[in-house]
Amino acid sequence: MSEIPGDLKFNKTHEWARVEDGGLVRVGISDHAQAQLGDLVYVELPEIGASVTAGNAAAVVESVKAASDIYSPVSGEVVEVNEALSDKPETINEDAFGEGWIYVVRMSDRAELDQLLDASAYEEVVENEDH
Amino acid sequence: MTEKTVLNATHRALGARMVDFGGWDMPINYGSQIEEHHAVRRDAGMFDVSHMTVIDLHGARVREFLRRLLANSVDKLKAHGKALYACMLNERGGVIDDLIVYFLGDAHYRLVVNAATRAKDLAWIQQQAQAFGVEVKERPEFAMVAVQGPNARAKVIGLLHEADRARIEKLGKFAAAAAQGLHGMPLFVARTGYTGEDGFEIIVPAEHAVALWQALAAVGVAPAGLGARDTLRLEAGMNLYGQDMDETVSPWEANLGWTVALDEGRDFIGRAALEKQRAEGVRRVMVGLVLDEKGVLRHGQKVLTANGEGEILSGSFAPTLEKAVALARIPAGEPGAVRVDIRGRELPVRLVKYPFVRDGKPCDGI
Repeated sequence: MSEIPGDLKFNKTHEWARVEDGGLVRVGISDHAQAQLGDLVYVELPEIGASVTAGNAAAVVESVKAASDIYSPVSGEVVEVNEALSDKPETINEDAFGEGWIYVVRMSDRAELDQLLDASAYEEVVENEDH
Repeated sequence: MTEKTVLNATHRALGARMVDFGGWDMPINYGSQIEEHHAVRRDAGMFDVSHMTVIDLHGARVREFLRRLLANSVDKLKAHGKALYACMLNERGGVIDDLIVYFLGDAHYRLVVNAATRAKDLAWIQQQAQAFGVEVKERPEFAMVAVQGPNARAKVIGLLHEADRARIEKLGKFAAAAAQGLHGMPLFVARTGYTGEDGFEIIVPAEHAVALWQALAAVGVAPAGLGARDTLRLEAGMNLYGQDMDETVSPWEANLGWTVALDEGRDFIGRAALEKQRAEGVRRVMVGLVLDEKGVLRHGQKVLTANGEGEILSGSFAPTLEKAVALARIPAGEPGAVRVDIRGRELPVRLVKYPFVRDGKPCDGI
């Protein structure tokens, strides 16, 4: 499994959030999550302009074996979605923390970031799951 | 308590992702389910199917017993080694299990039944066998490896004792024979499978299973998990017991009419119910669906037709076709424009004749 990037924040449910300039947050799923799901074959992206709420389903990823909701780490308005995933959902399997991002949200409440796990706390979640 | 096959440590050493399957700890994949699927369609893959139950039947009246037990007719089995796919029904015509029966001798047949139904199958078979004086003997000392794909037979034959190779090469489809593997291991080699590809299912004494597996791996047979097995059998249009049919479903409602032999004067269990159902009209039918739009058909999704709602039984992304296909049960009659409800969105699907894939290629009209 690849290293968990230190600049990311996480949900316990394996979504990551990367804070970017101008109050934007990029969202994806962790490398651990893609490995658990197996080969991804379809991603249902949110619509640009949609409002998402922290902890609620914002997108769906489907592997060969199952469909899984993606819970938004933060609330706000979706400003960009990764259209490339429509044709190449396997990008998430190949590069979950990079090219496999799912959407970008303009966050409405910065304080929500404090509720997320940092990389080392998330690593613990993953380790506990494996045992 | 989860059961383990004799190959459990081998799977784990290969880095398999393990899951519970009908009470067995089994590999779902060894990394990529899709790559394993393609390996079987394009070359050769192998599956540990040791969780399946092997039952030997012995007795002078064993054929008579099987004429009663099975909805398909063992009288189709003329030569030793021949195999037949059949359903075992209850008195209501519901499917207790689907199985393969091998004709091994006038007083000896072998059944291979599903793992998840093992206990109820054994109880039912034993109960029915008593009146015929047939001995029912489970063979837990066997492991089973399915080797499937266009190059599967050649790779297996290369591992057999030289004296056996020509004979196994000539083995017809749906037939089995004994052969010697490396180090003299005794193998039961059957030209059967659950993938829509050519290949063998090999029954091997458990103590030789790891050596057989490793020898197959050494000649380039790719380990494949139950995940790939499921997408392969779905593409091949083969039913999965417990998902596509069960005791509340008759063979007519599961597209298994071709396995029901209504031969003159044979009183098999469930026959009266099946004949009644057919005379009155079968109300539900099983159909194949293809989704041309993006998305994945899944078990449990609602199917909307002109005659009312149906349900997806087996549905998945089909790696060979790169789109989703499904088996669904819908009300009988002209269905009109069929749609599937995926998370509240109604998507149009095409009703097709299946199998979806055979011998590595999409079938016409898929």
